[in-house]
Amino acid sequence: MRHPLVDCDLHPAVPGMQAILPHLDAHWAEQVQSRGIESLESVAYPPNAPFACRPDWRGPDGLPPADAATLARIALDPAGTDVGILNCLWGVHLLFNEDMAVAFARAVNDWLAAEWLARDARFRASIVLPLQSVEASVAEIERRAQDARFVQVLLPAMWEVPYGRRSLWPVWEACERHGLPLAIHAGSAYRHPPTSLGWPSFYAEDYAAQSQGFQSQIASLICEGVFVRFPRLRVVLLESGVSWLPAFLWRLAKFWRGVRFEIPWLDRSPAEIARDHVRLSVTPFDVPEEHVPRLLDHLGGDSLLLWGSDIPHWQHDGAPAPPPGLDLARLSANALALYSRLQAEVSA
Amino acid sequence: MTVTTPGPAPAAPAASRPALCDIDIHPRLKSPADLRPYLPQRWWDYWQSYGLRRRHGYVKGHPYPKAHPVDGMRRDAFPPGGGMPGSDLAFMRAQYLDRYGLTHGVMNVLSPTGAGELNAEFSAAMAAAANEWQKHAWVAQEPRLKASVCVPYEAPELAAAEIRRRAGDADFVQVLLLSRTAEALGRRRYWPIFEAAQDADLPVGVHVFGYSGYASTNTGWASFYVEEMAEHGTSCSALVTSLVFEGVFLRFPRLRLVLIEAGFAWLPPLAWRLDRIWARHRDELAHVTEPPSETIRRHIWITTQPMEEPDPPEPRHLTEVMEWIGPDRIMFASDYPHWDFDDPDLVIPATLDAATRHAIRAGNAMALYRFG
Repeated sequence: MRHPLVDCDLHPAVPGMQAILPHLDAHWAEQVQSRGIESLESVAYPPNAPFACRPDWRGPDGLPPADAATLARIALDPAGTDVGILNCLWGVHLLFNEDMAVAFARAVNDWLAAEWLARDARFRASIVLPLQSVEASVAEIERRAQDARFVQVLLPAMWEVPYGRRSLWPVWEACERHGLPLAIHAGSAYRHPPTSLGWPSFYAEDYAAQSQGFQSQIASLICEGVFVRFPRLRVVLLESGVSWLPAFLWRLAKFWRGVRFEIPWLDRSPAEIARDHVRLSVTPFDVPEEHVPRLLDHLGGDSLLLWGSDIPHWQHDGAPAPPPGLDLARLSANALALYSRLQAEVSA
Repeated sequence: MTVTTPGPAPAAPAASRPALCDIDIHPRLKSPADLRPYLPQRWWDYWQSYGLRRRHGYVKGHPYPKAHPVDGMRRDAFPPGGGMPGSDLAFMRAQYLDRYGLTHGVMNVLSPTGAGELNAEFSAAMAAAANEWQKHAWVAQEPRLKASVCVPYEAPELAAAEIRRRAGDADFVQVLLLSRTAEALGRRRYWPIFEAAQDADLPVGVHVFGYSGYASTNTGWASFYVEEMAEHGTSCSALVTSLVFEGVFLRFPRLRLVLIEAGFAWLPPLAWRLDRIWARHRDELAHVTEPPSETIRRHIWITTQPMEEPDPPEPRHLTEVMEWIGPDRIMFASDYPHWDFDDPDLVIPATLDAATRHAIRAGNAMALYRFG
């Protein structure tokens, strides 16, 4: 039997506010119209920017794919991908009004179910969380977790506080209870500048700084003791760049050895904890081809890595395929081992 | 609590030991009065009344308290005659300089130097005073030690003036900034510092710490000191990104940058990432005319402390990272007398060949700082 192929990082575009309106209740639908809220697109991926979508994947309107059939044709059909996980990056996470964020998160999740999951059985989705409210995020997980097609929760690399902070733990408890990994995708709520040194001049710096956000989140989740408290929680880093991981863990582990009295609940090296709890998608994979074998050696092999194409984004050269030295079937097997909800589906 | 044992005598006479250069030695004032002779009355009075005002909220100490007393000192570095670690030259010689056979050392005074001070004129006065104090209290007494020019880096025109004042003075061998600046270091407001450093033919040393005023991570404030330390890798990644993407090294082609206490294993993956991003965003970065990894390789030096330790332990991984960076760009630093001091006889990987060990221990620094 052929091993199922899993792509963990596909991006459905919201075609416009009119697509979401039917999924908002009357109050919020009226608010959207009377206040002229036209778009929640984030500057992380301006739709017209070349890197937001490969040119030949743009529709007649010039925009990235915003319907299930088009994305399936681009992302699933060519390699015979069996499962594609949809990560909707629409800027719900940027909203400050907590009630509005809750309404939009629910609407986007309902839209994903109706317009994507119901139209192609190969698609799965990540639950968009309104983390502006911990209570509402838990409620949204409870509401959506019954639908096995939602396989993880989705949050941006940069939030208001690092994800290890105790105030957020009810959300991680709900994730663990329902077997939903926490997927952290490149992106920011822009509560803080994209670097700890302020607002950069260039988009390219903002994008480069995404990998720093992932590092800070991993440090926080480990140091605060999230994985001690929730031993079955898994974290998936999407579009992180990957190659920073060994160096960052060496550093965190070294300082942990020096000042471990500060976080006494950790009973083993942060590097070891990360190996058990963290997985990373390999687009992009920031390493020149000639250094891939060495980097894989530093990573301890390919067992932490997942395939995620990042379609339709065009930050990366070449065809959407794993980098040389990495095998699509093996990466897919890692995904199946990670996502309990896929195991049930695929074996059924 | 102080431990006052000076430690054992050197294993061999200094003359027979291999050359040793140390890029990160921290002298400290015996007391604030040490600076009084060099401070105008107005600023002495201001300091006594208002204290230091940087981009954090405490009069004394740090928002992330250190793990050791007095800004993170080795508990055995308190001089037997009293006073603060790093404040007693005779004890520093006994415990470190002579014991290890130091050939040349670069001093980095961290505080009080006006670094990151909100009041620009006060910042400039404190930097100038710290520089005079280094000349008279240290370099004049111990010629193996050289000074870094402290500058009021958040007031770049004043910083440039201080650099020009010290240009040509052989007591000073680099310009010193802290890493957490109020804006990313490549931004144009800091260019007067780079111009003056290049004109003075002084490398710019960036030592970690300081307060940008922004959260310690780009996703908000971390909780722990252990995170604050680990995050130097991320903030210095943003710093290098800024310098490269703003085109600072193309604008100032003779500028040399030294990252101090920042770690270094993160630098190769950052360079790879920047190369890829640069290739994809050539339209936005039209002013950057070569791959970032080439700029980094040519212009950036790193120091060893705190030495990287692969986890799980694998010495080969460390030497591979050093190969990626370039063995001619790596310089030993001890961080004496701080708690995370690295012993030069122990930390330089024994798996490196003898020529590379010498280059890291002394040769690269001798070439960069033109010690002779």
